[in-house]
Amino acid sequence: MKGMHLPDIRMLLQGASPRSSEMFPELNNLLNTTPDKAEQGKLTLLCDARTDGSFLVHHFLSFYLKANCKVCFVALLQSFSHYNIVAQKLGVSLAAARERGQLVFLEGLKSSVDVFFQAQEDPHPLQFLREASAGNLQPLYEFVREALTPADNGAAAWRCPVLLVDDLSVLLSLGMGAVAVLDFVHYCRATVCCELKGNMVALVHDSGDAEDEENNTLLIGLSHQSHLILRTEGLATGFCKDVHGQLRILWRRPSQSTARRDRSLTFQYKIQDKNVSFFARGMSPAIL
Amino acid sequence: MAAVATCGAGAGGTESMAAATSKSNVTSFQRRGPRARGTDSGGPRLVSIAGTRPSVRNGQLLVSTGLPALDQLLGGGLAVGTVLLVEEDKYSIYSPLLFKYFLAEGIINGHTLLVASAKEDPADILQELPAPLLDDSCKKEFDEDVCNKKPESDIKMKIAWRYQLSPKMEVGPVTSSRFGHYYDVSKRIPRELIETSKWHGFFLPEKMSSADKVECCSLTPGYMKLLHFIQNIIYEEGFDGSNPQKKQRNILRIGIQSLGLPLWGDDVCCSENCDSSHSLSKFLYILRGLLRTSLSACIITMPTHLIQNKAIIARVTNLSDTVVALESFVGSERETNPLYKDYHGLIHIRQIPRLNNLICDESDVKDLAFKLKRKLFTIEPVLST
Repeated sequence: MKGMHLPDIRMLLQGASPRSSEMFPELNNLLNTTPDKAEQGKLTLLCDARTDGSFLVHHFLSFYLKANCKVCFVALLQSFSHYNIVAQKLGVSLAAARERGQLVFLEGLKSSVDVFFQAQEDPHPLQFLREASAGNLQPLYEFVREALTPADNGAAAWRCPVLLVDDLSVLLSLGMGAVAVLDFVHYCRATVCCELKGNMVALVHDSGDAEDEENNTLLIGLSHQSHLILRTEGLATGFCKDVHGQLRILWRRPSQSTARRDRSLTFQYKIQDKNVSFFARGMSPAIL
Repeated sequence: MAAVATCGAGAGGTESMAAATSKSNVTSFQRRGPRARGTDSGGPRLVSIAGTRPSVRNGQLLVSTGLPALDQLLGGGLAVGTVLLVEEDKYSIYSPLLFKYFLAEGIINGHTLLVASAKEDPADILQELPAPLLDDSCKKEFDEDVCNKKPESDIKMKIAWRYQLSPKMEVGPVTSSRFGHYYDVSKRIPRELIETSKWHGFFLPEKMSSADKVECCSLTPGYMKLLHFIQNIIYEEGFDGSNPQKKQRNILRIGIQSLGLPLWGDDVCCSENCDSSHSLSKFLYILRGLLRTSLSACIITMPTHLIQNKAIIARVTNLSDTVVALESFVGSERETNPLYKDYHGLIHIRQIPRLNNLICDESDVKDLAFKLKRKLFTIEPVLST
C-alpha cells in the first residue's frame, strides 16, 4: 500500500500519556484526525465482535462535542448518567452540552418506559414499541431530522451536525426488521451527511456464529455504505488482562470504484480508566 | 447512575443520596455494628439503605446476590438498577438455588420482594427459602429482633423509653450490618421472617384468568401483564422517586423464574423460527428501562439450553447487564472426569456490565466451578495441573 501514512510506532510504544483527558488522543493519531479538522459528510461504522466496543462510542461522542459540532445522540443502550459520567472522564460534560443546546439526547431506556405505559399524544420517536406488527422507524428519523436541522435564523452556531447511534442492533431486538433499520440509516444519511454536510456514527454488534441473519444483513448493508469502519474484536486466544482486544481500522470509498485498495490498519488495545492505549500487534508494553 | 438520580439530587456519588435521606423522619439512633457505615465522627450519622454498599470502583450502589462468592466475582455485588440473568443448568437443579439466595438476602435485609413465576406459586417459593447461617454473636441479636418486630408493638420500651415517643418507623430485620450472608439450604427460613417481610407475588395462571383488556402489542400477554404488574408496584410504592409523598428508602428485589418457558405463552423454547421472537427481547428492554429509573435489582433465570435460536440468546445477553451461566455435571461426561470430581458443575461469568465506566471488574480466573457441600454453595477456581 503506497503512500500510506503510518502513525509513529515509536510514539505508540511509549504509550503517550494524554495531554488532557480528551477523548483518546492515541486513537485520534491512528485515525489521523483532530477535533479541529474533522471531516464532513461521512458515515462511520463501529462494529464489535466477541467484545464490548462501547469505548468507541464514548470516544466519538466527546470528539464531536469538542469539535463544536451539534450532536444528536440516540442512546438506546444505557442511561444518560452512564454516558455523562464516562464523558466527564474524557473531559466533556454532557449535561452542560445539553443545556447549551449542543447535544440532543434521546435516552432510549427511559423513553421506552414512557411510551410503553402511556399513550402519547404526539408521535414519539420510539412509537414502534407500542405497535403490534413491525412498523418503520419514520418517527425516529423525524426526531433526528428535527434535532439536527439548524434553526431558521441562519446563524450557524455549531460546526456541523452529527448523528450518533448506540446501537442499531438493539432496534432489531425490539422488533424492527433489518430492512427497516437500513431504510432509517439511508434516510438519515441523506439528510445528515448529504443535505446538512454532517457525519453519522453508528454501532452494530457482530453476532459472529450466532446465526443472526437480520443482524448480518444489517452489518453487510452498512459496511458497503461506510467511509470508515472501526472493528473491535476479542482476541481469538481468549481473555487477556493486558490486551483487551484488537481494533481494525478500514478506510473505504463507498461511492467510487475500488480501483485503489482500501487501506486498513490493525492494532491491539487496552482500555484504562480514562484512556485507551493502542499498540501494534504483539507489542503490548506488558510483554516487551 | 440511576439509583442516585432518583433521589433527586442529580448525578454524583453517594453524597447526594445521603443528603436526601437525612431529612426523612428517621431517628438518629444507629445500631453500632462491626461495619458501621456512613461518615464517622462528628455530625449526624447518615442512614444508608440496609443491605447496600457503594462500589469501590465507581460509587455505584450494590446489593448482595445472596452468595458472597458470586458477589466477589461480580466486582462487589449486583448494581442497583440492573438485571442479573442466570442461564439455567440443564435440569434446573442449581439455578433455583441462586434464585432463592437472592430472595432470602432480600428478606434478611428488609427489602421488598416481587416474585414472578409461571410454574410455581410465589408463596410456595418463599416458604422454601433457605435459612440464614448466623454465627453466635449475631444469633442473640437475631432472636431479639424477631421478638421486637411484632406489629402490635405496644411493648413498653424500658431502656430506650424516650424513643417510644418518636414516630413508629418500620424497622427491617437487619440482623447484622454485614453485606451478604450465608445460607443453609437444608433448613427453611423461619416463618416469622416471611410473615413480617413485604412481598408481592405474580403467579401467571392466576393473573391470566382475570379478563383484563390487554392492549395489543407484539409482547405475549403474559409478559405484558408482568411488566404492568412490576411498573405498578414501582410506581405505587415509590421506588422510582416520582411521588414525593411516598418516599421510599428501600430496595425492590425482583425475581423472575424461568422466563421464556412455554408456560409464559412464549414459543422461544419450542422452535427455531418462532413467531414471537421479539417478545422476550422487548420485554427485557422495557424491564431494564424500569429498573434503571428505580431503586430495584432483578434476577431472571432462563432455560437458555432450551432456546434453539442462538441469535435470540445473543440478543438476550446483549440486553442484560450481568450474565452468569450454570453448567451442572449431572448426566454429562464431565461427571466422571477426575478433574471435576469434587465439584457439581461449572459457573461461567459471561458478562459483567461496564457501568459509568470504560472498564469493569473482570475476574482473572475464568475457570470456575461450584459445589454444594455441607449445605453451602461455594465457588472455586478449577485447579488444573
